[in-house]
Amino acid sequence: MNRYTVAVLVMNRFGVLNRVTSMFRRRQFNINALTVSETETSELSRITVVFSGEEGAKQQLINQLYKLPDVCSIKEFDEENSVSCELLLIKMKNEAETRSDIRSAADAFGAVIVDYSKDYMMFRLTDISRKIDDFIDLMRDYTILEICRTGSVSLEKGSSTIRQPINL
Amino acid sequence: MILSGADILVETLIEQGCDTVFGYPGGQILNVYDSLYTHRDKINHILTAHEQGAAHAADGYARTTGRVGVVISTSGPGATNLVTGIATAYLDSVPLVAICGNVPTTQIGSDSFQEVDITGVTLPITKHNYFVGSVEELADTIREAFALAQSGRPGPVLIDVPKDVQIAKYEYEPMAPAEKEKPFAAKEIRIAEAAEAINNAKRPYIYFGGGLMVSDAMTEMLELAEKLDAPVGCSLMGLSAVPTDHPRFLGMQGMHGHYASSMAMHNADVIISLGVRFNDRVTGNRSKFAVGAKIIHIDVDGSELSKTVNAVCGLRGDVKLTLQQLIPLVNKSEKPEWQSEIAKFRREEQEYSDNREGMTPRRVINTLNKYLGENTAVCTDVGQHQMWTAQNASFKTPRRFVSSGGLGTMGFGLGAAIGAAFGTKERSVLVTGDGSFGMCLNELATAVSYNVPVVILIMNNGVLGMVRQWQTLFYNKHYSNTILDRKTDFVALAKAFGADGEKAATPDELENAFKKAFGCNGPFVIDCSIDKDEFVLPMLPPGGSMDDIIVKVGQ
Repeated sequence: MNRYTVAVLVMNRFGVLNRVTSMFRRRQFNINALTVSETETSELSRITVVFSGEEGAKQQLINQLYKLPDVCSIKEFDEENSVSCELLLIKMKNEAETRSDIRSAADAFGAVIVDYSKDYMMFRLTDISRKIDDFIDLMRDYTILEICRTGSVSLEKGSSTIRQPINL
Repeated sequence: MILSGADILVETLIEQGCDTVFGYPGGQILNVYDSLYTHRDKINHILTAHEQGAAHAADGYARTTGRVGVVISTSGPGATNLVTGIATAYLDSVPLVAICGNVPTTQIGSDSFQEVDITGVTLPITKHNYFVGSVEELADTIREAFALAQSGRPGPVLIDVPKDVQIAKYEYEPMAPAEKEKPFAAKEIRIAEAAEAINNAKRPYIYFGGGLMVSDAMTEMLELAEKLDAPVGCSLMGLSAVPTDHPRFLGMQGMHGHYASSMAMHNADVIISLGVRFNDRVTGNRSKFAVGAKIIHIDVDGSELSKTVNAVCGLRGDVKLTLQQLIPLVNKSEKPEWQSEIAKFRREEQEYSDNREGMTPRRVINTLNKYLGENTAVCTDVGQHQMWTAQNASFKTPRRFVSSGGLGTMGFGLGAAIGAAFGTKERSVLVTGDGSFGMCLNELATAVSYNVPVVILIMNNGVLGMVRQWQTLFYNKHYSNTILDRKTDFVALAKAFGADGEKAATPDELENAFKKAFGCNGPFVIDCSIDKDEFVLPMLPPGGSMDDIIVKVGQ
């Protein structure tokens, strides 16, 4: 099983997300993370999907996605050719005996406090998936109240963009 | 001019060159039916007995004409009744436009009476589908749907039209029929690679499917075969593309394919595949499929290349245009050794062929062959009769074999045969079984109402023969729920519907029945008795390879 990150540029219409994700469902890929947002043009929307699977099945999935009339372009990313990041919000219990340990861990990871009270602290961390995983693992030694993290967003390095002619 | 949505819908259909539609009215499509009434001099609506029959009829119309078939239904159950028909068209890449009514936009999502999320339901079985949210989008959506249904690899497109969109008024301006996406040839470098592999081939075999007819590349395919001195064979969907008696044609491939054709493919060193998709019913066990062969695959749908079997050369492009560029790069050669091997396969096939006297399936279809015209569409349902027809019917004109290959839809045949008769403007033939016919025989009413000349040959064995065959071979003869033995009198049934019919239990009776049927000016049912233990042979067991082929019973 490999882990893949694929960005799909689609028409910004209702139902398109369903068409794209249903391709994953039909081929029994579990989606690990998914983000959707408008792009630099309001007619287009960008779906970034992180999923695991076999190479052949992944290629077939991409070939099938190209056939959807609402799909404009697809780009596959790997760590070398792209910049990816995720966003984490995490709520920690605020207790005198752990406060300073939590705060120094957060400092080490570059997580910032976005809300604070005598009962709890909320941190925000933006980084690659692995770093976020590591930070969460560290926080497990203390009392986590709640976690919310986004899927990955990715852009290719260099001046080329996803909006290039389809080339199978 | 300012028109209602319903009028815009019908005007756009007419503008797109559509003169025949199949369908069934209902509450949420009433406005469109009102418009069909006022436009009845320009567009012919065929009312079927059931929406499923309408979908199959539009499908049969599309398969025989190559044009877009159109089916119209109401919302809810009307729309869900189309589902099997749409899926059938999807699996066989048939250009179909399905139009459904729906509840007004203000009621969408509130579980109104006869409301179904049909775009959701048909998402995985359409090439694309549309929910028309406003009358402004209506005409262009229909145009887009027509273009999409026919472009590249054809397929069904569904348009969901809420009732208030049918009522709302908007400016309509007629436009020219939508143009298909312009076909393109595969990349030159890929064509050159393919040519090199082909020029090194000692035992080439050309394998074509339905895509060959979609691309209208029959002449090019045969030209390539001549130049290479290669035999040709096809998938079920490729049948009728070349005349059955063409000297290079070895017949159909696959689980119940012709022995010589399957053996030639199995022993080939290069398989040139045109508009096919290597379905599991063709390849059997994929790891043992044509192991010694290099596969060259030309298809307009890039996702088919190396989908199931690995192609050494995958060429994404229109078959006709690609062949036109490939042929000049191919050296002309004669291959006497390969031809003598082919001749040997043909002789072996002769030895295995079923020459028994009496009402054997082969003789029944051979008798039918005598009555088929140049242009007669032969439609089938699904099961043993389908394979016997595919193996033995003689085809003279492309697009004259109409059968549910991909989905294997029992009940497909009668609707399709009615659509085929409208498409070819000639008598059509349906070969069916008592099981399949029982599924959608209600369309006899349609055939009678419109006086459609269709010869319905029921190969009646009182059992679900294909399933029984598997039970005999692989399930210890546990005939679980496959013995029908119903008391239906098909001749009386035909008469009750207002059609004519006759029983045929002997070869002589069969000849007489065919004479009457092909002279009859409407639907005619022949109830033809077949033994319940007839087999479809040869047979590649599921998951088997050519080494496991069963050519005789008791083997």
